[in-house]
Amino acid sequence: MDHSATTPVDPLVVDAMLPYFSEMFGNSSSLHSFGMEAAEALARAREQVAEAIGASPEEIIFTSGGTESDNLAIRGVIPHDAGKKHIITSVIEHPAVLNTCAFLESMGHDITYVPVDADGIIDLQELKGSIRDDTVLISVMHANNEVGTIQPIEEIAKIAKENDIYFHTDAVQTVGKVPVNVDDLGVDMLSISSHKIHGPKGAGALYVRKGTVIEPIVFGGNHERGLRSGTENIPGIVGLGKAMSLASELLGTDAKHMQEMRDSLISRVFDALPDVRLNGHPTQRLPNNVNLSFKYVEGESMLMMLDMKGIAVSTGSACSSKSMNASHVLTSLKLEDDYIHGSLRISLGKENTMEDVDYVVESLKEIVLKLREMSPLSNS
Amino acid sequence: MYSKKVIEEFSNPHNVGVIEDADGVGEIGSTVDGDIINISIKVKDDVIEDIKFKTFGCVVAISTSSAVTRLAKGKNVDEALELANEDVLEALGGLPEGKDKCSGFALDALKLAIEDYQEKNK
Repeated sequence: MDHSATTPVDPLVVDAMLPYFSEMFGNSSSLHSFGMEAAEALARAREQVAEAIGASPEEIIFTSGGTESDNLAIRGVIPHDAGKKHIITSVIEHPAVLNTCAFLESMGHDITYVPVDADGIIDLQELKGSIRDDTVLISVMHANNEVGTIQPIEEIAKIAKENDIYFHTDAVQTVGKVPVNVDDLGVDMLSISSHKIHGPKGAGALYVRKGTVIEPIVFGGNHERGLRSGTENIPGIVGLGKAMSLASELLGTDAKHMQEMRDSLISRVFDALPDVRLNGHPTQRLPNNVNLSFKYVEGESMLMMLDMKGIAVSTGSACSSKSMNASHVLTSLKLEDDYIHGSLRISLGKENTMEDVDYVVESLKEIVLKLREMSPLSNS
Repeated sequence: MYSKKVIEEFSNPHNVGVIEDADGVGEIGSTVDGDIINISIKVKDDVIEDIKFKTFGCVVAISTSSAVTRLAKGKNVDEALELANEDVLEALGGLPEGKDKCSGFALDALKLAIEDYQEKNK
C-alpha cells in the first residue's frame, strides 16, 4: 500500500534483465561482439521507452533515476556562462526539483515557486504572471507524489510555448497510471523512474525533445549523446525498457483496477469513520493515490499500528522533536491544524486486490478508533 | 528504528483515560505544535494512587506518556517530581536519535499535574 514509494520488480522484467548480468555483460562502447550485444540491448530499451511515451528513440537519455533526470533537466538548460536566469516551478514539487532549484538559487539564479489551490492544482494566473524575459524553464510535476493531484500539464505547456520557455515535467508518478504522451502533453522534457513502475531501482530516463538546447551535468566519455557520461547500466536500462513496455501495454486495465480500489477505499473509510478529509483533488488524481487526514490522531502513530498489521503506508505528518512538521505539500494545501497532523498516504499497486482494500479499511477503522480513544482532542 | 519496549508500550499503553474527580491535571501542547498530553492524578496522603493520560501525538508521545504514568504511579509526589528524562528513556530501552528529548514532554505534563495538585492543597 506504499507503491508511490517503490514497487516490486515484475518477474517479466527480471527475466529480461538476467542475461545482461553475466552472459551478456558487454560495454556498449566496445567494438567487439560483446559490446555489440550491449549496444543492441541499449537501442532496444531506448525504443521501448520512446514508444511508450510517443517519443523518438534519440530523444531518450538514460539516467540513474527520477532524481538525476530532474537534475539534468533543470540544471542542463541553464548554460554555465549565461549569467542570471529565472526558473518557474511549483511549491509542491518533489525534493529532486525543489532542492535543485534551491541549489541554483544559491548560485545566483532566480526561482519563482508558484502556489497551489486547496486541491493541489497550480495557480495558472500566478504562473503566467511570474514569467520574465530571462525565464528559461518552467518545471511542474505531472502528478504529485503525496496527494496525487494531476496538474493541467497541457495548459502549462501552452503557456510555456507561447512565451518560448522550455517546459519540464516530472512524470515519475504518472507513467503506467495515466496516459503519458509527450506530444499530447506538449512538454520539452519529461522525467521517468524505473522503480515506480515495477522496474529495477537505479534506472531512469529523461525525455528531451529534439531541438532542446541542454548541457550535461555529468562529464566523461560522452555516452548518451554527451548528456550523461558513464558506462550504461545495461541490466537496469533493459529492465526499464521492459517495464515501460508493460506499463503502456497494461495501462488501461491496471489503471481501471487501481481506480476501482481507490474509490472503494475512500468511500468506505468515509462511511466507517467521521472527521476524515480527502487531501488532493477529488477527481484530477492518480488512480492509485489515497491521501486521507484523520482528525484527533497523528500520522506516525497510525502508520506504526498499520505496520504491525502488515500494512505499509506513508505519512506527510512526520514529527521531529517537540514540533511536528507537516510535509511541504500538506502545508501548501493549507490544511487546518486539526487535519494536518493526521495524514496518511495509501498508494495502491496493480497487484493489490479488493480483499486488500477490505483489510485496510477494517484495520484503519480499528486503529483510528483506538487512537481517538487515547486522544485528548476526541470526545470518544 | 524503535526499541521493542517502545513498540510494546505504544501498542499496549497503560493508564489510558481521564480521572473524572482528579486532584491534579496537567496538559501541555497544542494542535499547532502537534503533541498534546493530558495527565490527571488522584492523590492520597501525597502518594499518586491513580494516574491516567490522554495523548494526541506520535509513537514517542504515546509511549512516553504511558511510561511516565507507570513510573509515577504509587510514588510520593515529591519523588515523582524528581523523575528525569533518563528514567523514561531507561523504561523504554532508549529512543531513536533526534527523538530522545521528546520524553521530556510527558514529564512536563506530569509536573504540571502535580503542581496543580500542590496548588490546590496549599
